[in-house]
Amino acid sequence: MQTSTKTIRSVQRTCVWLLLVSGAVVFAIPFLWMVRIALVPDDQIDMGLRLLADWSDMRYMNFATAMTVQPFHRYFLNTYIITILGLCGEVLASSFVAYGFARKQFPGKNMIFIFMLATMMLPPQVTMIPVFILFRTFGWVDTILPLTVPSLSGAAFSIFLLRQFFMTIPRDYDDAADIDGCNSFQIYSRIILPSSKPALLTVVIFSFIGRWNDLLGPLIYLNSPDKYTLQLGLMAFRGLYSTQWNLLMAASIVVMLPCLVLFFVAQRYFISGILIGGLKE
Amino acid sequence: MGKWMKRFGGLTFISPWVIGFLVFTAFPIFYSLYLSSCHWNLISTESTFIGLHNYREIFSEDQRFWNALAVTTIFTFVTVPLGIIGSLGVALLLNQNVPGMRVFRTIFFLPAVLSGVAYCYLWVNVFNPDFGILNVLLRPLYRYLGVSYDYLPRWIYGAKTALLSVVLMGLWGIGPGMITYLAGLKGISPSLYEVADIDGAGPLAKFRSITLPMLSPVTLFNMIMGIIGSFQVFTQGYVMTGGGPKDATLFYVLYVWQKAFQELQGGYASALAWILFLVILAFALLTLRLTRGFIYYGGE
Repeated sequence: MQTSTKTIRSVQRTCVWLLLVSGAVVFAIPFLWMVRIALVPDDQIDMGLRLLADWSDMRYMNFATAMTVQPFHRYFLNTYIITILGLCGEVLASSFVAYGFARKQFPGKNMIFIFMLATMMLPPQVTMIPVFILFRTFGWVDTILPLTVPSLSGAAFSIFLLRQFFMTIPRDYDDAADIDGCNSFQIYSRIILPSSKPALLTVVIFSFIGRWNDLLGPLIYLNSPDKYTLQLGLMAFRGLYSTQWNLLMAASIVVMLPCLVLFFVAQRYFISGILIGGLKE
Repeated sequence: MGKWMKRFGGLTFISPWVIGFLVFTAFPIFYSLYLSSCHWNLISTESTFIGLHNYREIFSEDQRFWNALAVTTIFTFVTVPLGIIGSLGVALLLNQNVPGMRVFRTIFFLPAVLSGVAYCYLWVNVFNPDFGILNVLLRPLYRYLGVSYDYLPRWIYGAKTALLSVVLMGLWGIGPGMITYLAGLKGISPSLYEVADIDGAGPLAKFRSITLPMLSPVTLFNMIMGIIGSFQVFTQGYVMTGGGPKDATLFYVLYVWQKAFQELQGGYASALAWILFLVILAFALLTLRLTRGFIYYGGE
């Protein structure tokens, strides 16, 4: 009797494992195919399944070619500047605001907080056109300002995430600092921020990925090719080399690479971010 | 002064968000409402007030609006349930303490951090009818069955299969849902299952009367986020298909973008954006309403 339950268990576990393996293969195939096509010589692109079986003829030069036929170094620089500036603004402002929500008392606090959460449901397209007019009035079109300055007001999701984390920091720390003569701003910068590194990293990562991959913003505001971000540059690249699939895949891999590296380095911060967002209080 | 600081000092900290909200959200919302009742071409500084005319035109004459609404609604109604089933399924499997769990979690989660143009090109490559991996894998099957290669699906290039292809691609993004479900599963007390075992409940009964109800708040969250996200799909349509073929993937936001920044009909596009907002709100509220009574928040 006992052995039969044991056998059933192990058969069950093997089935589960096999299901997971086949799922993982299905998930991995598009990536594998992308890498394979990126490395293929120009005349072998339609070799079909043989490409997956035979990895001997690989053209690593495809990557170099793809990166040089268009000014990708320029796109990289532009994207880095926009991403990093926006990210710094977002993290600073969001943590500042989150501190207010987590530690300060003022009239209407809860209402404003709920209101802020509600704005996350608002499709950005509703405000897209008036905001465009606003920035055009400022003369900011075709500059990086529309893509970076708004970050200085913080982002609702980041504020929420940081506020949740700040709430878990014992208030005794604040009180001790208060007795030592620290003002609120010093408590924020010397106590709260240094104790919140994991949460701050989570916000940094989400913000980085979102800004790096943003298409709609640059599409609306950037016109001159020398100001293009990677997303726009990659689209321009496809427009010129639409039949060079190997080069297009090589360029796409390079564009994705920073996000992939970030993911592998900091997977647990992604997971904690999603959990704080998904399972509120 | 000191008393005043104590009462309102906290507002200093939240002021960046409040200012940002007023400038980038509150003012634009009302301005957009005003614009939606104007005839205005985005470039000129002059606009003519025409009342509800834009809305009337959208509802009575604009075939592409109805098409975009239908495309986006169908997309949502297919993607959200499939995404929930997929992420719950994978989470259930991962919850079984199998070897290599972390590796699996990484693989299933990975696509969720990739979005944007490069990720779309990855899929354009997969869907290519001539040398994309899907048709490369289908070809031997067609040869075996004796079906002509002419019948191979054209994926994003075929009017009938394009929307389905984008749905298929969306299923790669189940990562966040899977993670929330996994955490939800870990949060279910084992004693519940033990009691059910004593009562002689089978695995299916346990799943139906313990697992699903205990996970219902997670499901609701994933549903609402899924609805909001699906109604805002833009990049796939813009990058992969341009809305085609024959407007089969003309997602709503893509249509708004075309009206605003290609046809320069600023007022008309504002009206379209407002309709989208109301539609999303309606669907989200409807979901909350319909699921009321099915969501279990511990202890009640």
